[in-house]
Amino acid sequence: MSTPAVAHLQTEFDRDLCESFHYYMLLMRELEDRIENKLYRQGKVVGGCYTGRGQEAIPVGSAILSRPGDWLTPSHRDMAALLIRGITPEEILAQYMGRATGLSKGRDGNMHMGCSDRHCVPIISSIGASIPIASGLAFAMRYRGESNVVLNYSGDGASSRGDWHEGLNMAAVMNLPIVYLCNNNLYAYSTPLDKQMKISDIADRVAGYGIPAEIVNGNDVLAIYEASKRAVAHARAGKGPYFIECKTFRMSGHSAHDPADYVPNQLMEEWSRKDPILMLQRYMVENLGADEQDFVDMRKRVLDKIDTAIEWALDQPFPDPATLEDDVYASA
Amino acid sequence: MAETTYVEAIRQGIWEEMERDDTVFVMGEDVAVYGGAFKVTKGMLERFGELRVVDTPLAESGIVGAGTGAAINGLRPVLEMQFADFMACGFDQITNFAAKCRYRWGQAIPMVIRAPAGGNIHGGPFHSQNVEMPYVHTPGLKVVQPATAYDAKGLIKAAIRDNDPVIYLEHKYLYRSVKEELPAKDYTVPIGKASIRREGADVSIITYGWMVHVALEAAETAASEGIGVEVLDLRTLVPLDREAILDTAKKTSKVIMLHEDTLTGGIGGELAGIISEHAFDYLDGPLVRIAAPDTPVPFSETLEKAFLPSVEDVLEKTRWLYRF
Repeated sequence: MSTPAVAHLQTEFDRDLCESFHYYMLLMRELEDRIENKLYRQGKVVGGCYTGRGQEAIPVGSAILSRPGDWLTPSHRDMAALLIRGITPEEILAQYMGRATGLSKGRDGNMHMGCSDRHCVPIISSIGASIPIASGLAFAMRYRGESNVVLNYSGDGASSRGDWHEGLNMAAVMNLPIVYLCNNNLYAYSTPLDKQMKISDIADRVAGYGIPAEIVNGNDVLAIYEASKRAVAHARAGKGPYFIECKTFRMSGHSAHDPADYVPNQLMEEWSRKDPILMLQRYMVENLGADEQDFVDMRKRVLDKIDTAIEWALDQPFPDPATLEDDVYASA
Repeated sequence: MAETTYVEAIRQGIWEEMERDDTVFVMGEDVAVYGGAFKVTKGMLERFGELRVVDTPLAESGIVGAGTGAAINGLRPVLEMQFADFMACGFDQITNFAAKCRYRWGQAIPMVIRAPAGGNIHGGPFHSQNVEMPYVHTPGLKVVQPATAYDAKGLIKAAIRDNDPVIYLEHKYLYRSVKEELPAKDYTVPIGKASIRREGADVSIITYGWMVHVALEAAETAASEGIGVEVLDLRTLVPLDREAILDTAKKTSKVIMLHEDTLTGGIGGELAGIISEHAFDYLDGPLVRIAAPDTPVPFSETLEKAFLPSVEDVLEKTRWLYRF
C-alpha cells in the first residue's frame, strides 16, 4: 500500500520562503483569473483557456526547488512552474493572445508553451505523453553524469494512459532522476475518479513499478515543498525516481467553456474552504507575524505587474502570415 | 575488397557515427546484449558500453518518448523499432510531439527512428508492412528508405547528423540480399536527393526500396525489347526530390510510380499530383501506379507473391505505357 501522508513542518519555513510561495501562487491565481474572466470573455484571448485554480500550491512548492540545469514538464494546471523558471507574465500573455512574441510565436495557444533556454517542455495535449519524455530528459542527465533532475507534472487523468505506465516503468528500471508530481484533482474533464479507476490512491499504481510514492495534501504548499525536497534529494543522489501524489481539487471547469455542472456544489464548497493561498496566509499570520496589510500589499504588487504585462502584450504584433511555413524543418 | 551487405552497412554507419560523436547512442528492444533482432547493433554493447547501447522494456511509445526527451536534452538517439509495424505503438509520440517541437517551440529533435520494413520474408500481416505514408503525411518528419548498401550506410550517417527527426525505413528483404564494395573513407548520402539507377529515354519508373531492384530487372528485359526504361530511386520520401522527379518525367513523358506499399494513399498518388501540376504538357500517356493491392500483407507464399508487385507486373505496364 502507499505511504500515508507525512506530517509536515520538518523544514524551517522562514518569512522569505513563504513570501516567495505567496508571490508565485498569487501571481498564478490572478494572472489566470485575468486571462479567463476578463481577456477571454472580452475576446482578446481566443481558443481554449485552462487554469489551475485551487492547485497553485503544487507547482509552487516543487518548482521552487529546481536548479538551472533541471528540466520541467509542467501540465496545463501548473502556470506557476513557468513563472518560477523565469517565464514572464508578458511572454505568457503574448502566448495567450497569439502574438509573434509569445513563446510559440503564435503557432500554439494558451498554456501550450515552453522554452528550451529555461528548460520547460511545453504541454503535450495527448495527456500522459510527457511521462516518457521525462525519461529521456533524465536519461541524458545520467548519460553526462549530472546531478540534475526532471520535475514532471501530470494529473489523475494521465494515469490511465499507456504512456504513463511505459514511462514510469522505464524510469524505474533505468533508475532515472525524475520527481513526478501528480495532481489528483478528482476529475478528468467531467469524469470523476471512481469512473477512472477502482482505487482511490494513484500512489498504489506507482507501487507496482517499484517507485517510492507518498501522498500529500495538495493544497498545502508547505507539505508539497517538504515532500518535493525529499524527492529531489532522492533523485539527485542517484536513487532513482520518486512520486508525489497531491490530493487537490480543480476549482474550475476543465476549461473556460465548461461550467462544470457535473461537480456537486457541496464538493466545491468543501474545497473552497481549503484554498491553498488562504492556507498559506493563515500559516504566515500564525507563525511568521504577517498581517492582512502585508497580503493587500502583495496583491497590489501582483496586480500592478499583471496590468503592465497586459498593456505590453496587447501592443505586440500578430505573426506575419509569410512566416507560416517557417521552422517545420531546420533551415538548410 | 570484400563486399558489404545492406544490414552490415547500416551497422557500420551507426558504429562510425558513435565513434565520431559521443552524444550518439542506440536504444530499443533487445539491441544491447542480443545485438538487435536483425543484428544491426551487434557488438556495439561491447565497444560502447551500456550507457550508449540501451536495452529497454517492450514499450515503443516509451522508447520514442525517451528518445525525444534525450534529444531535447542534447543527445542524438538512434532508436530501433523491432519491426516498422510496431512503430504504430509510438505514433502519438512521433507525430504529435517529436514532429512538432521545432514548430511549436524552436526545439530541434535530432533523432533517428530505425524501422525494419517491407515484405517478401514470409512475415505476415504484423511483420511485413510498408508504413511510410502516415509519417510522410506528418510535417516535421523526414522519411528515407535506402535500396543499396552504399545508400544504407550513407543515409543512416546523414540521418544521425540531421537536426530533424528522421524515420529510417530499412528493407528486411534487402538486409542480406544486396551487397557491394563500400568506400573506405567517411561519406554520407544527402537526405532529399534521388538517384538515377538506370538511364532510359522511353519510360520512367519512379520507385524506392526493394522495388528499385524489381524495376531494374524489368528494365533489363524491356531493353531487350527495345524499350529504354529510366529508373529513379527516390531514396528520400520527405523531402521529395521534386527536381529529379520532374526531370525524368519531362525526359521520357511516360511515368510509372512503383511502390511495395498499398495503392490507395501511397506515395504514387502524390508523385502523380506533382507531375500533373508541373509537367502536364510534357506527358504522352497516363500516369501509372503499380502498387500492392489494398489488403493486409498476407502470409502464405502464393498469397504474398500475388500481393507484392512483381517484375512481370512492371513489364506489362511498361509495355502498355510505351505504346502510347
